[in-house]
Amino acid sequence: MISTHHLSLKIGQRQLIADLNWLVQDGECWSVIGRNGAGKSTLLRTLAGLRPPDGGHVAISGRALNEWPLAELARQRAFLAQSRSDAFAYTVIETVLSARHPYHDNRYWEGGEDQAIAMKSLEAMGVAELAARDVRTLSGGERQRVAIAAMLAQDTPLLLLDEPANALDLGHQVGVMKVLSQLCREQGKTAVMIGHDLTLAHGVSTHALLLMGDGRWLAGTTADVMRADLLSDYLGHPIDIIQHGKRSIFIPTEDNE
Amino acid sequence: MHSFSRNLQQRAAVTLTGLALFAFASLVFSGMTGSVAIPLSDIPAAVTDLLHGQTTTLSATLLDLRLSRAITAFVTGAALSLAGVMMQALLRNPLADPYVLGISSGASVGALAALMFMCAAWMVDAAAFAGAVVVSMMLYMLARRDLRGGAAAEGGTALLLLTGVILSSACMALVTLMLSIAPESRLRTMVFWMIGDLSGAPLRWMPWVVLAGALIFALRNARAMNVMALHAEAAATLGIRVGALRKGLFFTSGLLTASAVTSAGSIGFVGLIVPHACRFAVGPDHRLLIPAAALAGGSYLLLADTLARTIIAPQQLPVGVVTALIGAPVFLYQLHRLRK
Repeated sequence: MISTHHLSLKIGQRQLIADLNWLVQDGECWSVIGRNGAGKSTLLRTLAGLRPPDGGHVAISGRALNEWPLAELARQRAFLAQSRSDAFAYTVIETVLSARHPYHDNRYWEGGEDQAIAMKSLEAMGVAELAARDVRTLSGGERQRVAIAAMLAQDTPLLLLDEPANALDLGHQVGVMKVLSQLCREQGKTAVMIGHDLTLAHGVSTHALLLMGDGRWLAGTTADVMRADLLSDYLGHPIDIIQHGKRSIFIPTEDNE
Repeated sequence: MHSFSRNLQQRAAVTLTGLALFAFASLVFSGMTGSVAIPLSDIPAAVTDLLHGQTTTLSATLLDLRLSRAITAFVTGAALSLAGVMMQALLRNPLADPYVLGISSGASVGALAALMFMCAAWMVDAAAFAGAVVVSMMLYMLARRDLRGGAAAEGGTALLLLTGVILSSACMALVTLMLSIAPESRLRTMVFWMIGDLSGAPLRWMPWVVLAGALIFALRNARAMNVMALHAEAAATLGIRVGALRKGLFFTSGLLTASAVTSAGSIGFVGLIVPHACRFAVGPDHRLLIPAAALAGGSYLLLADTLARTIIAPQQLPVGVVTALIGAPVFLYQLHRLRK
């Protein structure tokens, strides 16, 4: 679905990621893990085409990012930004309908079909009853779910999410992750997401990409790379894994223990 | 389920028809009103006379004068209002107006310099336009980063806004300098120009061409403007060429402002208040907002100008005073009701 070839990312003089050769197959769900400033968001913005790479290139379906027409690319991948600022009083439904833009460049108004898709996406995120609300009046968690709903309405095979669980309460964190893993398993969609909750990431992801922030990286299945020794190394803090039924619970070790 | 978009289209049709009728009524009202009122029943005959190129009757002569001024007022108001909508979308800030980037201050410098040296009327207009163009070019050179295309457009528009505000204050300093050294006899015309005045503004084709072009550009990009207003830089992931759209908005709104300021001086408040009021009344969707704001802005300036020339007749007020005197309290009222 998406691949990087000798990708190099820098911020100023600092090398964040060096020579990243990475292949994400259809239906896989990846978590990008690393400490603050390790280049997770920079990588995701580069994958989305919002930032040019400092070396190498990114390809979607084997075609380099800059060879895609923007409108066609918008039907291939959707991007959830880390934060949003709403300057105008758009309603929730208008926000979600705007994500249908790539599908009708030549039409002035949306059709009934777009309306149906938008409502379905809102329902999937449990925010259908907010449809007529002004987005500026929503709580942080509600706004986040509306943004994810807009992303679903864009209906792309590839989803890039920068901290989707941000601002969500525990129940909704689990709910959103469940929707995402269902999309991957049942509809063959591909997801690449950033998250700080390792337990949540482990539950939903099939694969993980660890970033050290000095150029080093490690990619593999969750079973291979989400190990206590590796995570402790990449996150710079000792991590313990506890088995609870079928689930693995990741907890940071406390220093005074 | 299907009702939302159909509703929106119906609402758009009703709103725009209503506004168009209101604009027409304002035009007729403006034609009737003045030191010598023309009764409504005489209007059709006078219009027929005008269309045949005859201005023999008193009504026809008066109507000729009033209508040409009214039409100039309408096109100026529509241009300012449309420029305001575009500038607000460009900067993603509902408090932006066509003057915020200093394009009108540049025009003021040009026009006031021409007025100070007692140039002919057409030279004042040309100097105003040149001033606006010079400031636009400087802005473009200095803040090119914010207007750059495609993948690189990641910085937002903070640089553009700040550069514009600084250029604007620099121009205003020049204006103040000129006002303080100008000969007494020129001061009144200079101040009137600054406030914005439609008396003696000639009827021209050019503003209409600019307005029509800008309207076509804005309507074609209305959907894209919605996406950019909502998603800022991330609009690129929805297939919007953010850099190209920003450049387009910058140049089109700059041209509209230059055109409006050239024919009527820097009339304040129209470009801020009308888009704001329209957003409040019809919602922020640019597909409806753009034509609604153009019609409402035209009607607003037309009515304000009618008031300006009648309220203390035979003396005339500069229309900028009227737009500000009506606009400021209405704006404040709306703002505070919204905050409750």
